[in-house]
Amino acid sequence: MTVQPPLGMLVELTHRCPLQCGYCSNPLDLMKADRELATSQWQTAFVEAADLGVRQVHLSGGEPTLRRDLEALVSCLSDHGVYTNLITAAVTLTRDRIATLREAGLEHIQVSFQGARRETTELVGRYRGAHEKKRAVAAWAREAGLPLTINAPIHRLNIGEVPNFVALALELDAERLEIANVQYYGWAYLNRAHLLPDYDSVMRQVDYVERVREDLVGRLNIDFVTPDYYADYPKPCMGGWAADAFVLTPDGMMLPCHAAQTIAGLDFDRVTERPLREIWEISDSFNRFRDTEWMPEPCRSCARKDVDFGGCRCQAFAITGDAAATDPSCIHSPLHGALRQMPEPGEIRHRAITRAVEKI
Amino acid sequence: MRPERITITPQCRPCLPRHVRLRFDDLRGTPIVLAPEKVLWPDEISAAILRLCDGTSSVAEIAAELARTYAAPVEEIETDILAFLQDWSDRLLINVNTDHRVSKARS
Ligand code: SF4
Ligand code: SF4
Repeated sequence: MTVQPPLGMLVELTHRCPLQCGYCSNPLDLMKADRELATSQWQTAFVEAADLGVRQVHLSGGEPTLRRDLEALVSCLSDHGVYTNLITAAVTLTRDRIATLREAGLEHIQVSFQGARRETTELVGRYRGAHEKKRAVAAWAREAGLPLTINAPIHRLNIGEVPNFVALALELDAERLEIANVQYYGWAYLNRAHLLPDYDSVMRQVDYVERVREDLVGRLNIDFVTPDYYADYPKPCMGGWAADAFVLTPDGMMLPCHAAQTIAGLDFDRVTERPLREIWEISDSFNRFRDTEWMPEPCRSCARKDVDFGGCRCQAFAITGDAAATDPSCIHSPLHGALRQMPEPGEIRHRAITRAVEKI
Repeated sequence: MRPERITITPQCRPCLPRHVRLRFDDLRGTPIVLAPEKVLWPDEISAAILRLCDGTSSVAEIAAELARTYAAPVEEIETDILAFLQDWSDRLLINVNTDHRVSKARS
């Protein structure tokens, strides 16, 4: 098999975050600041990544702006020709910091809104005043000349606000709106009985988004991450396992997808312990589900195997216990029906790391 | 967001917004465009068009120049460029020099 160079990387600089969203894509076992890589370790990894072919980076977390060295990291990436996107919950940003990040070479900022209304944003993220703060940050970003994406993670508690999100994006002069239906792994899987919207709301949302997206062509880009629990076929997760992108965790673990560590039996490497190129090209975990050779039936003889790559390995593992199985969100999976069986709703589990709050 | 959708005409003077970067990827030996959360791989002709989008040349001028370079009929080239730039403008990857658009619209 020929291994193409990676094009993108998602860097989770930290797991610390002042918000506590119940669908956070961080692992259930959140790490504290003392395990995060040092500035120079990140820089070494970034230079190796750029040499290997990475051209776009998504600086994420947790809340990436809690790293005081974010400017130095952005400028290292930008000096090496990597296009930098910052993915932030924004409550920690100031006007000055946005200006210095811009000077360091930041190209684009993505601000998440947990709701389109103040009450919803506070309810979901559990942070008082978050909505106003986010609005202010969006305005400062535009003032600094940064293109703005509004990221709206959608679930049962805010699915009715989708039209309000569109209005918000227009009002805040965003150039992109990401309507991203929550993916049910990790925290979201734990809380799925609270978060999974009902079928009718999902279908109403799909109709609405398709219509408004057409109406706003040339004015606002709307990217739509559809909810796969109600779909017939899975999404092409990460464009295929280890196909053209990877993830780095706060402690420097290199992964083919951000949830890959939930798969038992796969060993991953740290960029501080093994050359990044070697991990990408020859490590067992990256090669395990690369291309299509590893696929069992029904994927192996399916015409869609180069379209969706058999779906998500982490979802397959979470639901079937076998990471090589066909993603249960596929209609051909014997477990497709089981996917919609919900546990009894209990208390919603808000993510928290004990020391996170004092760090801000 | 744009207050209205832009219609690309031969008189428009297109340019790339500052955050849309056209480069040559040495490793892959091909032009590359980097934009917010997006990577595009323009072919040779598309890259040639984009390189001429400097905010001062009009689409008609760009078409004339490329017609010379590729020894092709200018009308055909202009039609292709208009379609290409309309598509890129609709994805907010191309701006037009607005001062010019306003003055043209008035005249
Ligand atoms: S999803 Fe919420 S809690 Fe998780 S990192 Fe993003 S803002 Fe923080
Ligand atoms: S059987 Fe496999 S390859 Fe075919 S559609 Fe389902 S997940 Fe995709």
